[in-house]
Amino acid sequence: MKVTMRVNGGERGGDVEPRVLLVDFLRTNLALTGTHIGCDTTSCGACTVLLDGEPVKSCTLLAVQVEGRDVKTVEGLAQGGALSPMQVGFHEEHGLQCGFCTPGMMLVGTALLEHNPDPTEEQIRWAISGNICRCTGYMNIVKAIRHAAKLQQAAAKTATPAAVPAGGGQ
Amino acid sequence: MSTTMHQHGGIGESIKRKEDGRFLRGKGNYIDDFVLPGMLHMAILRSPHAHARIKSIDTKAAGVKPGVIAVVTGELMAQHKLAWMPTLSGDTQAVLATDKVRFQGQEVAAVIAETKYQAEDARDAIVVDYEILPAVISPDGAKASGAALIRDDKEGQKDNHIYHWESGNKATTQAAFAKAAKVVRLHTFYPRCHPAPLETCGCVADVNPATGKATIYMTSQAPHAIRTVFALVTGLPEQNIRVVSPDIGGGFGNKVPVYPGYVVATAASLLIGRPVKWIEDRTENLISTGFARDYHMTGDLAVDKDGKMVALRVHLDSDNGAFFSDAQPTKFKAGLFHIVTGSYDIPTAHVTADGYYTNKAPGGVAFRCSFRVTEASYLIERLVTNAAIELGMDQAEFRMKNFIRPEQFPYTSATGWVYDSGDYPKAMNLALEKLGYDDLRKDVEQRRKKGEVTGIGVASFTEVVGAGPGAEFDILGLRMFDSAELRVHPTGKAMLRMGTKSQGQGHETTFAQIVAEELGIPASDVAVEEGDTDTAPYGLGTYASRSTPVAGAATAMVSRKLRDKARKLAGHLLEAAEEDLEWERGKFYVKGSPDRAKTIQEIAFAAYTNLPEGMEAGLEGVHYYDPPNMTYPFGTYAVVVDIDKGTGQVKVKRMVAVDDCGVRINPMIVEGQIHGGLTEGYGIAFMELITFDAEGNCIGSNFLDYLLPTAWETPKFEIGETVTPSPHHPLGAKGVGESATVGSPAAYVNAVIDALSPYGITNIDMPVTSDKVWAALRSKGVTE
Repeated sequence: MKVTMRVNGGERGGDVEPRVLLVDFLRTNLALTGTHIGCDTTSCGACTVLLDGEPVKSCTLLAVQVEGRDVKTVEGLAQGGALSPMQVGFHEEHGLQCGFCTPGMMLVGTALLEHNPDPTEEQIRWAISGNICRCTGYMNIVKAIRHAAKLQQAAAKTATPAAVPAGGGQ
Repeated sequence: MSTTMHQHGGIGESIKRKEDGRFLRGKGNYIDDFVLPGMLHMAILRSPHAHARIKSIDTKAAGVKPGVIAVVTGELMAQHKLAWMPTLSGDTQAVLATDKVRFQGQEVAAVIAETKYQAEDARDAIVVDYEILPAVISPDGAKASGAALIRDDKEGQKDNHIYHWESGNKATTQAAFAKAAKVVRLHTFYPRCHPAPLETCGCVADVNPATGKATIYMTSQAPHAIRTVFALVTGLPEQNIRVVSPDIGGGFGNKVPVYPGYVVATAASLLIGRPVKWIEDRTENLISTGFARDYHMTGDLAVDKDGKMVALRVHLDSDNGAFFSDAQPTKFKAGLFHIVTGSYDIPTAHVTADGYYTNKAPGGVAFRCSFRVTEASYLIERLVTNAAIELGMDQAEFRMKNFIRPEQFPYTSATGWVYDSGDYPKAMNLALEKLGYDDLRKDVEQRRKKGEVTGIGVASFTEVVGAGPGAEFDILGLRMFDSAELRVHPTGKAMLRMGTKSQGQGHETTFAQIVAEELGIPASDVAVEEGDTDTAPYGLGTYASRSTPVAGAATAMVSRKLRDKARKLAGHLLEAAEEDLEWERGKFYVKGSPDRAKTIQEIAFAAYTNLPEGMEAGLEGVHYYDPPNMTYPFGTYAVVVDIDKGTGQVKVKRMVAVDDCGVRINPMIVEGQIHGGLTEGYGIAFMELITFDAEGNCIGSNFLDYLLPTAWETPKFEIGETVTPSPHHPLGAKGVGESATVGSPAAYVNAVIDALSPYGITNIDMPVTSDKVWAALRSKGVTE
């Protein structure tokens, strides 16, 4: 079956069996291996991507279900050579160890800040509770997302008024 | 914003991690990211039964499925003498079953096909006819008369007993018990749990038919030892085997052993002549690879009339599963369980252990601990709290009274270990102070009067890590040294390679910092590589908190070797005698003339361009470090819980952790390790359980049943440190990766038991779930 979608801003497509999972399509057909597989049961969130801006677990969607929609993976976070505020936050606050959960965590954090630019610790913990990290104990992930929020707020303040509606600190 | 670039990155600096860049961009290189030309995919058929005889295997339908290249059975493996393999504990393990299956999830056959989906389709088309046998699921079941004999493959094996092991002194311990004023007993079961790293295990085996070279990319915490094991098992010459551990998505002990999948994939690649990838799914990981714990322990603590501990007696039954494949030093059947006397000055102890085969997955691994140290620490810390409660003493006071005192180090324990250094009262006092223990204790008493169920738990653990002195510690005869090879390039930049393998611990940063400290090259200029056996020096790998104690020491020693050569070069460049030179991090200068100096970068350039007569060119070296002793990290953890009487739900209100791991190289990374360990400890204490029904069906075979802590349940930690350097480690460091997993489960459970002690409840086995607490309270007549 032919499938076409926007991935990280570009038109991508392929010819896949209907049963092929979105995560396998991304990893195998598009060679976007930053999206990981951790559990196969929608429990761990290592495969999280943004579908039309919302976090979804790509192990529980078929590639063909995403026809015509917009997907963002970890490879789409950095703009040009520059890390996004979320990526900077994870680096500065030591929000990653083995790195396996990190793409999913950063994408969930990115989506959270879209809705809520200044989340509390409790709101962050709730937002990332569908994503398991086995290394960090979450404290530094919470700090990393707070760090990103502050960077985005600072960027929004210094941006020209016209630029803010176009995407704030993103 | 970041000051990273301006820092030298020596010991004690929390520089940001050098390895982060690729992970932040989704450009890590994990095993499942490998795609080689012509690569095939393997799927393994596993036994649905815990114990059954294989009557027949029909692979005809599978063999003709689309994309299938080969179907491998035990019979085929047997033709190549690969149906069985040796284990790290001196036993044998089936690679693919030929006679019987002995646990649910055991490897029975494998399909190699063009795609992952095709391999799985064909696997499901294999038909196996089983004759189901009765399953043994516990040591008690294993010893019962008439129990099914699991290992009928082993000549002379008449029952399910594997080993008997003892430590300490039976006679003096018996005598001390006879005179004791009080004996407190705790029987507790440390249940089976699983390291469950977020990335499962897997490999890509690539045997080149033209050259015969076997390159095996695999998720291994110990690639060098694996290479040697592969050479011994397959008969391939060792120079033709290359094991590469790429980025690893967490290990926690799960990625130490050799699993059948690695062997089958390698054999398949050899036979087919194309690369073969095998990646476990989560269920395969949980039901078949190295589990942890499964220890049934009974401890008796003898105390005199003044509350001094006088003797400890422990017996444990170990449930080892169907094959004795615990990943541990060869001579230590129950790992380092001898550390069970813990932080206390107990004059005599006697420990006995018996291991049993059961119809459960094999491979007791040290899940984030140094070979059964977690079980030992849990038992003594739970026992000490129970004893304090029974004696009517404060938990902290009872510990303080019985601690090994700072002036007693080096201290020889009743089981013969020589503790290198420690100051237990200092760590405990800091923890109690951070917690506000005295006020909290009063608060607890007040709230209990109002009918609330609340408590405080303390645990003061001592670990034994950093294996180890090679004379005592070996894996299949390989002494447990480790290594570092340092090359300084002409421009003064360096490449450090080690025999260890990071799985997220931040080695690329920490070990560069050791070079920065010892040789003066900024950490940002030191590239660290591990995991490729063709390039890295031989080492035993990363587990048991041994990287910093052993490979970290090797890194310091090789840096010092190069510094000695640099001194000679500096003398040549400065036209000064070596003894007239002073070292200041990063340069040599002439005593009294600080302007007459040469930087390490200038010296490195000279090593390739301007050498004194007769000196060998280059600035590089290697050091194999065999530690003189283990290191003994310690700490005190304190936990406050509230319990809901109506539901049995336990809420961890506070968790204070004071760790002493000696000198900290990168405090940020050390704290990250502690956070992670405290969280895994929380999971073990309250959530994680691999259990089995009467037929041997594994319950806990996916993340819907095997529950890991999320950000929502995980407590917020308050951490602190004391620093008692190891006297024998070149940097004074002790290792920290596992302290928090070792120490915290007892602290959490002690808090629960303290809360329940007014009701006469003395034990709840982990995981302490709401239903168990609820039932315990109800059994004592407590209702909402």
